Amino acid sequence: MTAPKTRGSFLGRALGFLHGRPVLGLVLLLIAPLLWMGIIYLGSLLNLLFYSFYSLDDFTGQIKYDLTLSTLQQLFTSSSNIDIVQRTFVMSIVVTLACALIAFPIAYFMAFHTKGNTKAIWILLVLLPLWSSYLVRVYAWKLILAKEGVISWFLNALGLHGALDWILGFPVIGGTSLSSSYLGMFLVFVYVWLPYMILPIQASLERVPKSLLQASSDLGAKPAQTFWRVLLPLTVPGIAAGSIFTFSLTLGDYIIPGVVGAPGYFIGQMVYTQQGNAGNIPLAAAFSLVPIVVIGIYLAVAKRLGAFDAL
Amino acid sequence: MTNSVPNTAVKLEDVVCTFGIPPKETRAVDHVNLEIKAGEFFSLLGPSGSGKTTCLRLIGGFERPSAGKISLFGTDASRLPPYQRELNTVFQDYALFPHMNVLENVGYALMVRGVAKTERVKRADAMLEAVKLTGFGMRKPAQLSGGQRQRVALARALVNRPKILLLDEPLGALDLKLREEMQIELKALQRGLGITFIFVTHDQGEALSMSDRVAVFNNGKIEQLDSPKALYDSPRTEFVARFVGSANVIPGNLIGRTGMYALRPENIAVLEGSQIGANRLQGELLDIHFLGSLTRLEVRVGNECLTTMQSTSPTFERGARITLEWQDSSLRKLEEAV
Repeated sequence: MTAPKTRGSFLGRALGFLHGRPVLGLVLLLIAPLLWMGIIYLGSLLNLLFYSFYSLDDFTGQIKYDLTLSTLQQLFTSSSNIDIVQRTFVMSIVVTLACALIAFPIAYFMAFHTKGNTKAIWILLVLLPLWSSYLVRVYAWKLILAKEGVISWFLNALGLHGALDWILGFPVIGGTSLSSSYLGMFLVFVYVWLPYMILPIQASLERVPKSLLQASSDLGAKPAQTFWRVLLPLTVPGIAAGSIFTFSLTLGDYIIPGVVGAPGYFIGQMVYTQQGNAGNIPLAAAFSLVPIVVIGIYLAVAKRLGAFDAL
Repeated sequence: MTNSVPNTAVKLEDVVCTFGIPPKETRAVDHVNLEIKAGEFFSLLGPSGSGKTTCLRLIGGFERPSAGKISLFGTDASRLPPYQRELNTVFQDYALFPHMNVLENVGYALMVRGVAKTERVKRADAMLEAVKLTGFGMRKPAQLSGGQRQRVALARALVNRPKILLLDEPLGALDLKLREEMQIELKALQRGLGITFIFVTHDQGEALSMSDRVAVFNNGKIEQLDSPKALYDSPRTEFVARFVGSANVIPGNLIGRTGMYALRPENIAVLEGSQIGANRLQGELLDIHFLGSLTRLEVRVGNECLTTMQSTSPTFERGARITLEWQDSSLRKLEEAV
């Protein structure tokens, strides 16, 4: 017979006590992050959203702390507000589609045609832009896209200036120069968010066993059929994850629309000015509710369509 | 009859397959010549890295030969992609599509060829019945056991009635009992369908028990291509002798001859003490392993360690001096290494 091991120190006894109580141990371990997420993050978010049910007294400019739907009503009835939501929305969708279309081939190349150090270099190249300040890159793009900028100069040198003018002549997307058009804003958005689309797609492609693609070909599927029937369905979770990034980042951004592109507010700018200069926190809160609801709906639809079944 | 069905299903002529960039390249398949007859159960046997799987992948079209020619039923297929080859493969990891249910997996080959849905379901159901998985059609691969997945992979590969079926260590992931069952079923299936089976395995017992002919691979080359019986009884090289049935390889100088000789453990008798004579060697008993119906003895003779199988349990102790004796006809002279 051996006597049970005794631990002298307090720590030893505490560990012994916890050993038989895994749930208690887990709670103690998670209490700090749970408090952080619960109170500081979710709590303040909910508090902010709650503000959208308050309103601003037009006369005094003070917040009236009575629950009302008038602020939300204001959001969806004033035509200029609807314009802002619509503009932001369309831009987010177009940017997300373009990012997905550009990112997929890059991610495909990285996942299937590079390995070891070459793969590491490619990942580094994708991440490299994120090392420098986002503001610097956006202002750099303003210069690149300007009337006297590199793109304009380059096209001039090639004698293709007519093509640029032709594109800028289109209504809505065009303008006097790339840097003051929605087309230019779109280019900057796509550039800035592209890494957030490439990496999730690449990760999901890496997880597709090569033998599945070979099996598909073996069973008689032409490359296009293998792509649509096997590869794409299995990478949908990655595309969904990437599109959540690009979509929500575009929905909430307030820097790029301010620096590049045609005049006309985006949701992010509205939140910024309403809570700042205008002091209308209820309307700012109402505006910030829009992306949250939209992303929520997007996730629900994606789940419904089976986007996450292969996870 | 001028245009009869070619008797040769697969023909490899001087096929080479190298991987990597020249200074560091490896030659996975090294000038292999091979002819597999239609309707044959043919095994590619060898240790890992011997080139047997690359050889199968060359036939399947998943790798391109660096040199040489691969023909399927008399037509050159060296440059054809897998989807243009009239053969199907059972992959080592089964490669079932995780986002499709069992029925969709099995019907995939029909779906990509544009077979109508009702016909597709009918044929996939029939195939599932053939592999004893009726009623599993709606399940996802993740909900199946290893053995069931293996059957789905088999059904999927057979649904389009290929003339050749490639099997890449299909039984490797199954436990022993299931593996033995599947060996019998596969053999019966092959006989019933009359399809050419090309089977890759590193398990010599599996290869010997199922195949009509076996090609033994080593270092990218075929060391010997023979019927299982011929392989076992008359190994041509030291490698084949050791790999197939773990024969003793005896250097000739030990028995007053030249060259190397193979001697099967079960062809050696054991006598007590040191007895001099023709076809005898004296040694020390190192170890005794009781294997049930047989007992294996490890005996040290000079610097060599020989094994012998005895059907009756010997009475010797470890460390005893004993004599090994064999018939002259049991001794096989081996060819020099290539």
